[in-house]
Amino acid sequence: KSKEAEIKRINKELANIRSKFKGDKALDGYSKKKYVCKLLFIFLLGHDIDFGHMEAVNLLSSNRYTEKQIGYLFISVLVNSNSELIRLINNAIKNDLASRNPTFMGLALHCIANVGSREMAEAFAGEIPKILVAGDTMDSVKQSAALCLLRLYRTSPDLVPMGDWTSRVVHLLNDQHLGVVTAATSLISTLAQKNPEEFKTSVSLAVSRLSRIVTSASTDLQDYTYYFVPAPWLSVKLLRLLQCYPPPDPAVRGRLTECLETILNKAQEPPKSKKVQHSNAKNAVLFEAISLIIHHDSEPNLLVRACNQLGQFLQHRETNLRYLALESMCTLASSEFSHEAVKTHIETVINALKTERDVSVRQRAVDLLYAMCDRSNAQQIVAEMLSYLETADYSIREEIVLKVAILAEKYAVDYTWYVDTILNLIRIAGDYVSEEVWYRVIQIVINRDDVQGYAAKTVFEALQAPACHENLVKVGGYILGEFGNLIAGDPRSSPLIQFDLLHSKFHLCSVPTRALLLSTYIKFVNLFPEVKTTIQDVLRSDSQLKNADVELQQRAVEYLRLSTVASTDILATVLEEMPPFPERESSILAKLKKKKGPSTVTDLEETKRERSADVNGGPEPAPASTSAASTPSPSADLLGLGATPPAPAAPPPSSGGLLVDVFSDSASSVAPLAPGSEDNFARFVCKNNGVLFENQLLQIGLKSEFRQNLGRMFIFYGNKTSTQFLNFTPTLICADDLQSNLNLQTKPVDPTVDGGAQVQQVVNIECVSDFTEAPVLNIQFRYGGTFQNVSVKLPITLNKFFQPTEMASQDFFQRWKQLSNPQQEVQNIFKAKHPMDTEITKAKIIGFGSALLEEVDPNPANFVGAGIIHTRNTQIGCLLRLEPNLQAQMYRLTLRTSKDTVSQRLCELLSEQF
Amino acid sequence: MQFMLLFSRQGKLRLQKWYVPLSDKEKKKITRELVQTVLARKPKMCSFLEWRDLKIVYKRYASLYFCCAIEDQDNELITLEIIHRYVELLDKYFGSVCELDIIFNFEKAYFILDEFLLGGEVQETSKKNVLKAIEQADLLQEKTETMYHSKSFIGCKKAY
Repeated sequence: KSKEAEIKRINKELANIRSKFKGDKALDGYSKKKYVCKLLFIFLLGHDIDFGHMEAVNLLSSNRYTEKQIGYLFISVLVNSNSELIRLINNAIKNDLASRNPTFMGLALHCIANVGSREMAEAFAGEIPKILVAGDTMDSVKQSAALCLLRLYRTSPDLVPMGDWTSRVVHLLNDQHLGVVTAATSLISTLAQKNPEEFKTSVSLAVSRLSRIVTSASTDLQDYTYYFVPAPWLSVKLLRLLQCYPPPDPAVRGRLTECLETILNKAQEPPKSKKVQHSNAKNAVLFEAISLIIHHDSEPNLLVRACNQLGQFLQHRETNLRYLALESMCTLASSEFSHEAVKTHIETVINALKTERDVSVRQRAVDLLYAMCDRSNAQQIVAEMLSYLETADYSIREEIVLKVAILAEKYAVDYTWYVDTILNLIRIAGDYVSEEVWYRVIQIVINRDDVQGYAAKTVFEALQAPACHENLVKVGGYILGEFGNLIAGDPRSSPLIQFDLLHSKFHLCSVPTRALLLSTYIKFVNLFPEVKTTIQDVLRSDSQLKNADVELQQRAVEYLRLSTVASTDILATVLEEMPPFPERESSILAKLKKKKGPSTVTDLEETKRERSADVNGGPEPAPASTSAASTPSPSADLLGLGATPPAPAAPPPSSGGLLVDVFSDSASSVAPLAPGSEDNFARFVCKNNGVLFENQLLQIGLKSEFRQNLGRMFIFYGNKTSTQFLNFTPTLICADDLQSNLNLQTKPVDPTVDGGAQVQQVVNIECVSDFTEAPVLNIQFRYGGTFQNVSVKLPITLNKFFQPTEMASQDFFQRWKQLSNPQQEVQNIFKAKHPMDTEITKAKIIGFGSALLEEVDPNPANFVGAGIIHTRNTQIGCLLRLEPNLQAQMYRLTLRTSKDTVSQRLCELLSEQF
Repeated sequence: MQFMLLFSRQGKLRLQKWYVPLSDKEKKKITRELVQTVLARKPKMCSFLEWRDLKIVYKRYASLYFCCAIEDQDNELITLEIIHRYVELLDKYFGSVCELDIIFNFEKAYFILDEFLLGGEVQETSKKNVLKAIEQADLLQEKTETMYHSKSFIGCKKAY
């Protein structure tokens, strides 16, 4: 009963099985099956199993059905794709596929479909299409073959060749057997997505099949009718297949429209059964039909009917239907034909937000409000979202904040409304207001001078509240620092009062906020000379000048100094108002995309672009006349410090980076080098092609060629998953001194990498002069919901620019002597890391790039090489000598070249190889 | 469909079927997370939820939860009926199925599932055809074996 007792019992049983398997007496098939089955059972209870695989594989070749079946089940459940047993398994499968016994073939196909590894694809991807289209294959085998092929295509699309069989597969849509059609439709849909041309003819076949189904009487299809709904699974699959294509030709289109109308009509008929299965199956087809209507987006009549139907579901008593109606309406809202129709349901949706008891339904309601929002209803929707935010579930608050911020910005006619909305956001849900949101409000206030006075006044008032969120202090500090002068005329918000108000919050804030406030203070020194001494006193106090935090201390010291030494003119230039921000994609939108995946927000993007001009108040970006905008450094510090010579050095970029993020949507830093990167790097010193990096998601392969001082490298990024990579951005990073020695040029790659796909990037390489470090390849992308960041060293090494030189013994020693200057020679004695094999060593020296000179060294056991390193600036002659000592398992490597750094680097690189 | 899980109200996993390659560690993590999420939901809530970048469709039958993970463009309602059809198949085969049937005849539960769903897609929706395939297999089994193996097997399990 107890956990311990169970574990004890299982361990005993495991020991028993193990001894049976190890025993000298050969087990008969029956006992083998029994024990394998027991192991499986124990595994499924949640315990680890590390033996029995071999016995399971043995069962595969049994002639008894049950033994074979258990063997296959064990393999399907327990063998992962990179097992060494895969060859044995494949063999057994091959035999069963060839057996012409449909039950055995079925088992073998199920096993392939369940494991679906690349090795299996290699072994069977050519064979299965034949089975699928052969005239004498049994129906059930055809079904398995179709889905088996589908699975292999998903894991290794490159291994499934298109060919004659494809047209015959399309004709399976006409098959008598509905089970065959069902399986084939899945296969065709998936293949058609990648090869639309090849499967074009499936459209008309699918439409006529669908038409026959929807018009059939509910009993016609016998066992394929499910709770009075004819073939619902097949109908859904056919409708999905049609979504791989644009609306068909007029002839077919008429028939399809009829089908869709029939489906919509049926939804209005009284149900044939009270069972939920009936309504689910019927509505599954209906929702898929609506998806197709939205996908085609060309029949206004159908779109409006779809919208009305969904409108009915919005008030249905089934939670599931309300959920799906909200979800489906989101996509309808983006169609110009149905946008207005969707908007008529606004009250129902707002009501759902208030009354739904399930958070996932409320979430859908928020999404729909966001999607149906336009200039006419923005004020209402934003107000409703704000009021919902007060009680919203914590899990969705951040997302709502982002949505409100985007809508407020996008549909702001009056920017005072925008400023009020964002300040309300901070008040209601300050903790969920991310940096992107408050950066954005600052950008907009700076870019629009008509709202600056209002913003200053509003933040000043908001800061009066006894407890206000730190984000408000940030926004307030920033805006008053820029535009405090606009309200300073009012005695209630005089400079000193503004300063005192901000400073009263100072001690409660975190370090980054305090750093920002210090910048506000120095801006005040410029704006309001009358508070200069007060501020200098604050900066001078021990708590600032001797603050334990370096950033705060540095700012205090530098600002104090700046305020003392600089003349009014210089101060005014240095601390001038920020120039308008160049318009980029809103970082908030980028953030929401990250949260939600791109599909849900893309439709807003285009309208976004149009708007960008009016936010700037003109298409021109920052005028170049202001010092802050024209100098290269201040991007690191919004306040434009460090722009003028007399000012003390600007804070180092890392610390000044407080506001850097305003410009970029994800300023994520470069990941540290991936583990194993060094080893892989070393493997490429003597070869040019291979796999550089591999984890569970991504594989990076290299192919490169070099000639004299030039080279070209092909980088292949393979997506090993079945999910798209988004925002896929590989970046080549050269350290400062490497940049001047090595020229790398490349083009960006497509930011989306489909599941199973591979993209290629070409890097053109020029060696300007000799170098030591290697470039780093940093790859960032989104996979599912998570951000991935990988760095690897790219194996571009000095020896790649080697040209071998053949020479006779005499010449070699003459040159060797010429290079006798002590700096020219570098020697290393090291222990062998690999077996000391002569042939491998020779291959490595040749792979390294130098010529391997035979019969040069008097000692035949030694290796001698020669070559020239080509760089753009110069050519460097290199000689090398490698002396193995077998007894000691040591090597002595000597390099002599005309340049000391080259000798040094080549010696390091080559020493790692043996 | 990416995977299907069956688990009890106590959170014990009873059947797992994965249609995408994942490491054992990931499978365990996903299972733990999902079991927790689904068990925390109240009875009247909707049967669908967003989870990572997938959609989860689940339904409870007596003491067992059936839970499927489908992709963004897949149809939720038809997935709900996939679950129901599978339950019907089990029910018909075992004759009013209960959790114990699935525990002790797990291999049958897997075989039936493989006949119904393959590679994450519906293979055969006809109840008759699926059960015919399974019954044929059972016939083969009885031909080749006079003694039914499970006696000792069940004996071993009864101990815990």
